[in-house]
Amino acid sequence: MSELIDMQNISLKAAEMVEEGRVHKDLYSDPAIFEEELDKVFNNTWVFVGHASEVPEAGSFKTAYIGRQPVILSRDRKMNLHVLQNRCRHRGATVCEARKGKTKAFTCPYHGWGYGLDGSLRALPKPEEYDGVFDKSELPLESLRVETYQGMVFATFRDDIEPLEDFLGGAKKWIDLFMKQGGGYPVKVLGEHRFNFPGNWKIQLENTTDAYHFPIVHKSFVTSLDDATADIFDFLDGEGFVEDLGNGHSVMVMIPQLVDLEEDLDQPIPARFEKLAQELRNEGKTEDEVKKLVRAAHGTGFNLNLFPNVSCSMAFFRVLRPVSVGETEIQHVALGGEGAPAPFNRKRMRLHEHFQGPMGFGTPDDGEAWERVQKGSMAGNDGWILVNRGMNNLHQSKDGNVAGSVCSETGMRGAYRQYKKMMAAGEEK
Amino acid sequence: MKSNTQLLAQVIEFIGYEADLLDHKGYQEWLSLWTESGLYIVPADLNEMDYLNTLNLAMDDADMRRMRVARLENGESVSAISVGDTVRMMSRVRVLEAGDDLVIARCAMTLNELRHGKLVTYPANVEYSLKPSADGFKLEQKVVKLLHADGFLRTVSFIF
Repeated sequence: MSELIDMQNISLKAAEMVEEGRVHKDLYSDPAIFEEELDKVFNNTWVFVGHASEVPEAGSFKTAYIGRQPVILSRDRKMNLHVLQNRCRHRGATVCEARKGKTKAFTCPYHGWGYGLDGSLRALPKPEEYDGVFDKSELPLESLRVETYQGMVFATFRDDIEPLEDFLGGAKKWIDLFMKQGGGYPVKVLGEHRFNFPGNWKIQLENTTDAYHFPIVHKSFVTSLDDATADIFDFLDGEGFVEDLGNGHSVMVMIPQLVDLEEDLDQPIPARFEKLAQELRNEGKTEDEVKKLVRAAHGTGFNLNLFPNVSCSMAFFRVLRPVSVGETEIQHVALGGEGAPAPFNRKRMRLHEHFQGPMGFGTPDDGEAWERVQKGSMAGNDGWILVNRGMNNLHQSKDGNVAGSVCSETGMRGAYRQYKKMMAAGEEK
Repeated sequence: MKSNTQLLAQVIEFIGYEADLLDHKGYQEWLSLWTESGLYIVPADLNEMDYLNTLNLAMDDADMRRMRVARLENGESVSAISVGDTVRMMSRVRVLEAGDDLVIARCAMTLNELRHGKLVTYPANVEYSLKPSADGFKLEQKVVKLLHADGFLRTVSFIF
């Protein structure tokens, strides 16, 4: 049978384990492939490291990872953003272990080398032994190339790849729409949930534009909603779609009427949102502002997957970090509005708690399904994972992209196409 | 006025009873322990005290508690079905305030969960605000401060 591959004798390259419509299960479980992915994917593209609102002031910083590499996102005194390798140039200790904070300098705890917010080496104890050995300007914390779009901060080790905006390409339109959920206020990070699951990072990558699982995996969440909201989440038979945006990015529109949150603002406020509306009126907001905020409060009607590590998912960022071939860390980043009325941001946080994070009504069930995929990937000597749903029922979107029905696997195929391209790089010779 | 020893004994008994209910999935009985205004909170950031204006792991009013219990009981959640048993050890109970209307107590908890054959342990400080009533205490607030709230937790399909 053509589907059987003798794994004993043929060493398949990861790129060859991706076909249009199916991927080989070893992509989830082979440690050698995982190591290769960190080098070929995460070290060779734009990786999301945070949102500008997480480092709001001069001296603000947060720590993050690009693949396995620890980095610091900092804002210097001139308000410029930097992404620095979190590694002292002397003996290599990390210079910052805090998750976030504010500082004037990063000081290595081992021998006291001190670095500025831009990474420059400022001072070191007893410098005279280095006279004539090196100049301080030669040994800053190593900086990565940094670019931002709509406050989303991305970094890359590569100086020669395309600008961020070119890489985001067709996704930019959707990021613009996503940011409208600030309700007229700049989008701001309100906090985050962190959890891990015993499974490969690509299992989570596939999930963001997979609507097929929603009514099955999230049945208990839908049951917990009021009837009107539950109807909105019954979207598999609706007008939604999944669109391949190129470069591995994809969008899944579940609720088309919530694509542009600044449209339909003349509609009356549904009864179930009246409590929030009244709280906003009590804050002195005009009826127009109330309508805009109420419509924005529940997030967008789409999930946008940005290859390889972040998605803009309805009302939050979902950031993944590959830890090992069978372990992935996830951050669910809650978003609100900078300067927005307190009831609006409170509502956003309560909605986030309802579904997201390790104790939400949705995430634990996602986690269970992902863990089962990882376990199942160990069954048998051979096996393929299907991502061919809706392959023969595609159309061209109005933006000229390939699109399928809302529960097609068009987004996954787009991500795996980019993955295949990156994993094959350097092997064509 | 009760002696502190009597009060401490009552608080320890209540905390043990609540823990026993949760370990043995007596969720409906657990719901009846609460005042209607009570809040069940699992903070995500242990430095924050303004729970309403902060993102928490859980921040349940009465409606959310009922929905959380329904989710654990109705058989629709694949993770709730898969969860094994929990055993929690409650100790180091201390009464911090002993008012007539509210008793505030704190204790240590180690919750052990068997999940897919693996043991997962959650150490925590638990803070109780208890309303004395004719038939014992009612829960006005329970805050579960997980030791590794700041880290990466496994997903949870039980009640701390």
